[in-house]
Amino acid sequence: MSAPDTAAPLAAPSQVQAELLGSRPPLRDRAFRLALFISLTIGVVTLAVLIAYVTIKGWPRLNSTLWTNMPSIRRPERAGAQSAITGTLWVIGFTALFALPTGILAALHLEEFSKPNGRFQRLVEVNIQNLAAVPSIVYGILGLAFFARALALGQSVITASLTLSLLILPIVIISTREALRAVPRNIRDGSLALGATEWQTAYRQTLPAAIPGIATGVILALSRAIGEAAPLLLLGAVTFITFNPTGPLSGYTTLPIQIFNWTKDSREEFQILASATIVLLLVLLLAMNFAAILIRNRTQKRW
Amino acid sequence: MSASPISAPVIEVEYSLRQTRSRAGEKVIRGVLLAAAAVSVLTTIGIVVSVLIPTISFLAEVPVTDFLFGTVWTPLFANGQFGVLPLISGTLVITAIAVVVALPLGLGAAVYLSEYASDRSRRVLKPTLELLAGIPTVVFGFFALEFVTQVLLIRIFPGIDIFNALSAGLVMGVMIIPTIASLSEDAMAAVPSGLRDGSYALGSTKRQTAVKVVIPAALSGIVAAFVLGISRAIGETMIVTIAAGLEPRLTLNPLEGMQTMTSYIAAAGSGDLSTGSIEYKSIFAVGFLLFLLTFIMNMVSIRLVRRYRQVYQ
Repeated sequence: MSAPDTAAPLAAPSQVQAELLGSRPPLRDRAFRLALFISLTIGVVTLAVLIAYVTIKGWPRLNSTLWTNMPSIRRPERAGAQSAITGTLWVIGFTALFALPTGILAALHLEEFSKPNGRFQRLVEVNIQNLAAVPSIVYGILGLAFFARALALGQSVITASLTLSLLILPIVIISTREALRAVPRNIRDGSLALGATEWQTAYRQTLPAAIPGIATGVILALSRAIGEAAPLLLLGAVTFITFNPTGPLSGYTTLPIQIFNWTKDSREEFQILASATIVLLLVLLLAMNFAAILIRNRTQKRW
Repeated sequence: MSASPISAPVIEVEYSLRQTRSRAGEKVIRGVLLAAAAVSVLTTIGIVVSVLIPTISFLAEVPVTDFLFGTVWTPLFANGQFGVLPLISGTLVITAIAVVVALPLGLGAAVYLSEYASDRSRRVLKPTLELLAGIPTVVFGFFALEFVTQVLLIRIFPGIDIFNALSAGLVMGVMIIPTIASLSEDAMAAVPSGLRDGSYALGSTKRQTAVKVVIPAALSGIVAAFVLGISRAIGETMIVTIAAGLEPRLTLNPLEGMQTMTSYIAAAGSGDLSTGSIEYKSIFAVGFLLFLLTFIMNMVSIRLVRRYRQVYQ
């Protein structure tokens, strides 16, 4: 419609409609549109209020003592979140180590190597969709019964990581599959025609072409794991921890759990401390979300 | 592989053809991939087994009817009673509040994004709304207790408990808006534009088209989004643990505190219970109910999504 020199294109139906009705839609329609817009903005406004509230409340404690000091019950004005930060890094590091290879290989199997609409394929698919919606506390129950007690791994970094990796596995699989599906058929056919085996094709052609999409999904999955608290409540993270983890079998706490513990204490200093730690956590998560969006936009290839 | 294959000398092509790995290696790799895919099935089996075994031995001590229909939940008392109804009513009251907030707002946001927003504004609005889904639930819990209850609600309802169902439900409702909006929008985007054009050609306005053509055509997808949103609300733990309190109460008054199935599991599970005790087993019995309830809802949702995909794609 913007180029007048081409043959007159058909006007969009909405334009025809606008011309038939006159320039302004009837009052009812405008009210409807406004109501829709308001329902969209309520979520966004809540998000803005939440961020503003924790930033203002946490402001006095948003300085380096937050990450250089350890939690303390008796001296809230000097307490920090160092053990929670290092704990989060340990737990998420191991979670990535377990969940990423498993998730990506499982997605490769489903997308590249199994009979589409085969029985096993369909079972696995429905199963993954369901697992993605199982409440996170149920994964905590699994971790408690299986990893902590049956395998006797106790209340350790490794128990938390194994549990969280099962929790994010469906997200990794689903997003990796979508990324693989976006790689056009021709690339696989070309590779196979040159004599590559199926695995060579998957590993050297399809997978590299899908990496940006996979990276986006993986970042979002890990940011979900970083913010998760419920399953860890059952896995020992609530104990008062004032040391950094020393290994995979060490005790630990994480940022969301530390926030939860401070929230439970009604003293005002702890509420301020919780707010400051929330700001720290949100900055980390928003940065990860932003990176994911950036990778997606930068590398969006038009095949 | 980036070099143009045409320029490669014939001898090199021949060489690379001979380099092809043996079939045996391919088979091993296939086995590894299959094992990775099997982990997800094993996870489900693991969940079912790990909640079912303690639940069976729990039900050996507490009769099924006492558990399902009892109205008093005092598991940590010396002579504990295990009637799960207070936990179920707490879960349902808070979920209902969340649903009242999230269904209209989520659907409204979806209709706006799918039918009204320009491509450019959708590209900004959609990720912004989805940021809500990335906020950790512990943060929402803090917000519900500190801001929604103690700054807002206490002015409107002066007699409200500090821990109450209303704040938890309201914040949970906002939390599930993106789930409902994004899935409903997918369903509406799958409605062929021919249906919209036909409606316009008959003289309907945009609102009439959205309400009478697009929403009915996308209904199974929208219902799937609702069901999934409700399932998320039932399973949400941190918001209720922080903001709704830990007292199991059989009441419908949203201004009082109540305990849900999830917040009981969280509270009891974070204590150091010995493996064989009845309190320890009660975590699994409640967990079994929770898993069963959300499992049924997830299956309904998955079925419905499959239905609209079959119709339009």
